[in-house]
Amino acid sequence: MLGVFLNLSLAGPASADEKLRLTGSGASFPFPLYSAWFKNFSRNHKNANIDYQAKGSGAGVLDFINRTVDFAASDAAMKPEEIAKVQGGAVLLPMTAGKIVLAYNLPGNPKGLKLPRDVYPDIFLGKITRWDDPRIQSANPGLKLPALPITVVRRADSSGTTYVFTNHLSAVSPEWKAGPGAGNTVNWPGSDKIVAAPKNDGVTATVKQTPGAIGYIEYAYALGAKVEMAELQNKDGKFIRPSAESGAATLATAQLPENLIAWVLDPEGEKSYPIATFTWMLFYQQNASPEKAKILREVVEYGITEGQKISAKMGYIPLPENVVSAVRAAANKIQ
Amino acid sequence: MNVFEEAADGEQIAGPPSLTDYLLDRSFRWVAMVCAWLIILVVGLLLWKIGVKAVPAIQEYGLGFLTGTTWDVNKRVFGILPEIWGTLYSSVLALAIGGFFGVSMAIFLTQDFLPPRIALVFRTIVELLAAIPSVVYGFWGIFVVVPAIRPVADWLNAEFGWVPFFGTTLSGPGMMPAALVLAIMILPTIAAISQDALRQVPYRIKEAAYGLGATRWEAILKVMLPTASTGIFGALVLGFGRAIGETMALAMLIGNSNQLSLSLFSPGNTLAALLALNFPEAGEHEVPILMYAALVLLLITLTVNMAGTAIMSLTSKQLKAGR
Repeated sequence: MLGVFLNLSLAGPASADEKLRLTGSGASFPFPLYSAWFKNFSRNHKNANIDYQAKGSGAGVLDFINRTVDFAASDAAMKPEEIAKVQGGAVLLPMTAGKIVLAYNLPGNPKGLKLPRDVYPDIFLGKITRWDDPRIQSANPGLKLPALPITVVRRADSSGTTYVFTNHLSAVSPEWKAGPGAGNTVNWPGSDKIVAAPKNDGVTATVKQTPGAIGYIEYAYALGAKVEMAELQNKDGKFIRPSAESGAATLATAQLPENLIAWVLDPEGEKSYPIATFTWMLFYQQNASPEKAKILREVVEYGITEGQKISAKMGYIPLPENVVSAVRAAANKIQ
Repeated sequence: MNVFEEAADGEQIAGPPSLTDYLLDRSFRWVAMVCAWLIILVVGLLLWKIGVKAVPAIQEYGLGFLTGTTWDVNKRVFGILPEIWGTLYSSVLALAIGGFFGVSMAIFLTQDFLPPRIALVFRTIVELLAAIPSVVYGFWGIFVVVPAIRPVADWLNAEFGWVPFFGTTLSGPGMMPAALVLAIMILPTIAAISQDALRQVPYRIKEAAYGLGATRWEAILKVMLPTASTGIFGALVLGFGRAIGETMALAMLIGNSNQLSLSLFSPGNTLAALLALNFPEAGEHEVPILMYAALVLLLITLTVNMAGTAIMSLTSKQLKAGR
């Protein structure tokens, strides 16, 4: 323990009047929002400089365990055995939330494609292979669906987005659970109509360039790229368009436990959009110095107050009030 | 003051090497030696380090890793046959296309088809291709190449679907767009080195060929190309090596799907793309497996380069013997 402490004090800043440098790494999905936060925060706190690298959730967790960063961020939170490895204890705080949408590309750009909850898992399983399949057509009586093969576009890299999406599919479809299952990467069904592209932008670009393509991406990216997003059928049988309101309705159903790690895999409620998730920032309970801990607590406070105001504009879901107060209480553990 | 004036002054301009000359000469020799050995050391160190990290995976998966076709992190089943196939297939396709155009371009630019100034402009443009970042090629592939070849691919599939090469429809990313973009990426390497090789052939050899009554094409195909063949072959080997190792553009264009297919329009996967996409988030169990895959990629590259060098020295010996 003493050794760890010595290492940290060596790595920390040499003098107090110097600018405090904080480094973080992790999830790429909240990166646009976090970088906006840190920019604003540094403007108001001249003594702190925050540097965040969007390496991906898994890499963030690894950096966090190896104590090479001051904080990290992850879409997949942390597994209990990972938390146990963190020297000095970990605090996981949900800071924002996002939706995963099914973006599609059909000739003529028809809007408002409806996908029932027994249909979209079968599309990603490669069992429904054509757009004019009767199961899709019967849910969309108003749309003239083309006689095109469906090209499924998935993430090629290991990602938190895949983690959340495959967990949702596992919750909805027993066949998906028994087959590919859930994880940062899964073994997708073998088919030459299932292709993979790196990162959210890669999937978005591939969907946009392939007539008949469907792919899962973060709402914020879909909004930026102006692709059509499918309405998905939720647990109550309603077709829900992805939007800030439907995302907030989903989050309202979340029950946060003591450790603040909650998943909304298949939310209840008439207005809930089916695929939404929190994303977490990871902090140490014992930090290298009290100054660093203080800045980190201030970052959290900024994020849950001012930060929430810009999140909806950027395509994220503002946290519900009960989550905000739980996060504020838990932030006191950062010392 | 120039040497003649110095000589006129009566001072000697020739003399035995001084101690400084001697030491400089000696130390340069040593520095050169050390640098040469360092290269070998670095390659050895690379193999050794990756090898050591791959040991747990080699023990666990053995040679079955090379013949397996599934990559499932959750069930911990790993195999890289589709990646090996995809790496070699895409590189061979790219070499066939890029090699043909690269060598043709070298002939066009060196054999007096163009006024020297315009040839220089062409050469610079081709060499500029080498400076474009891989990611840009990837995006260009997605936004330009794929839409451009889609009608051709659909037609080929509809008319000649029974030919294994055209057996599937093009979804978007796939082997053909990847190979085309790869061909353009290796083009500058092949064109530049082939040009050097062709330019090194003494001009009088060509004049002699003309003197014997050869036409321009006879001179190029039967005299110039065989004489420069060693260099051109080296260009092709280097281009192939570059194609095998190319990562980002392929990761964006090949579809990253574990398919073993002859079809040019099917998605595939390559070792370099597999490594680049899985490494950043690999857990501690996965790292040795990826290291194993990296070792396989390294060995493929080394084998290709060594085989290339061997063939090269063999053919050049034959050429010399034939002369």
